[in-house]
Amino acid sequence: MAPRIATSAADAVAEITDGSTVLIGGFGNAGQPMELIDALMDCGATDLTVVNNNAGQADAGLALLIKERRVKKIICSFPRQSDSWHFDEAYRAGEIELELVPQGNLAERIRAAGAGIGGFFTPTGYGTLLAEGKETRVIDGKGYVLETPINADFALIKALRADKLGNLVYRKTARNFGPIMATAAKKAIVQVDEVVEAGAIDPENVITPGIFVDTVVALGGNK
Amino acid sequence: MSAFRTTEANLTRDEMAQIVAADIPAGAFVNLGIGQPTNVSNYLTAQQGVTLHTENGMLGMGPVATGEDIDPDLINAGKIPVTQLPGASFFHHADSFAMMRGGHLDVCVLGAFQISKDGDLANWHTGAEGAIPAVGGAMDLAIGAKATWVMMSLFTKNGDSKLVETLSYPVTGLGCVSRIYTEVAIFELRDAKVFVRSTHGISFEELAAKVPVELTRI
Repeated sequence: MAPRIATSAADAVAEITDGSTVLIGGFGNAGQPMELIDALMDCGATDLTVVNNNAGQADAGLALLIKERRVKKIICSFPRQSDSWHFDEAYRAGEIELELVPQGNLAERIRAAGAGIGGFFTPTGYGTLLAEGKETRVIDGKGYVLETPINADFALIKALRADKLGNLVYRKTARNFGPIMATAAKKAIVQVDEVVEAGAIDPENVITPGIFVDTVVALGGNK
Repeated sequence: MSAFRTTEANLTRDEMAQIVAADIPAGAFVNLGIGQPTNVSNYLTAQQGVTLHTENGMLGMGPVATGEDIDPDLINAGKIPVTQLPGASFFHHADSFAMMRGGHLDVCVLGAFQISKDGDLANWHTGAEGAIPAVGGAMDLAIGAKATWVMMSLFTKNGDSKLVETLSYPVTGLGCVSRIYTEVAIFELRDAKVFVRSTHGISFEELAAKVPVELTRI
């Protein structure tokens, strides 16, 4: 089925309810779907579990969701940064749960969810604090840790362009988590600069096939 | 293998970067960690044909962007705006870390808090009480590349050696480091031994007295 073309960011996120698990794309600000996150703020959904590489920067986007205590748990690889003051405060106050995951394991757990994989053995983290309590195995003399998929209710993603069938192209390093997050959520909500007619994106250049995309909203762009 | 050598002065950070750059094989795919290792890129020559990987999703990374070249969608793993070189490619995070974990990168250069004589690396967490842990790609980088090299100062502010018998800081990766570049010596870890390739501003004997692991002159 072709994706729903939402009329606004608010319309795009309207289905997100309290207690949802939400994958949010972006590495730092590159690829962070700021308008969708702002709309998520406005829609009032709370008790969220958020999956992102970071835990918000400065006073925008994900940082504000955390500031307003709408995130009960964050799954990320790198929460602490020079400008992660809202996360730091929430964490020190014991008002947000943190699941720290090595970046590649985070990506692969998301990919596994989208690919229907029930778990995988990875060498990353073997013998470290982040593998404590997890099943391990030695395969051909090398140690591995069992990691499980991160399934989600929603993904909020920023891409450059979509066609009306939801096929996506991204822009430079803003691609980061977008393609894998689109596959791992029950509903992938994508903000783009523009929505074009089917056929206007060369099939050879499609990065995320439309089958993974549920809602698209065109918000224009700066470029 | 080159013979042991010694120079009279400590290496500066730039000299360390220069030596690391010269040690990178021609045509290698390389990831330079955030901080001191990033400096290595300043000394890579065009003739070397090295391709830089940044784990947020790019091969063929160019120098830091300035002025009109700054593009918020084109950043490195330190979230600094960079440029793209001809032949660059972009990819998503799972592919990017598959390049690492799958052993496709030739060399990764990292900073460290501590390294054990067996090549165990600690560089992600001091374990200090109240510290908010953050790991990023450190654990993937440590164990992923074919060769993991470390650049660091050999001694802490208190004068303790960061090259130790066993780690006291939390582990990032086990048995992964094969070379250590410091201001006073360059070490190679192989065959269950710690070889000293060179010393700088210190004699081998003085070094051996200050470092609590058995050292072998190359």
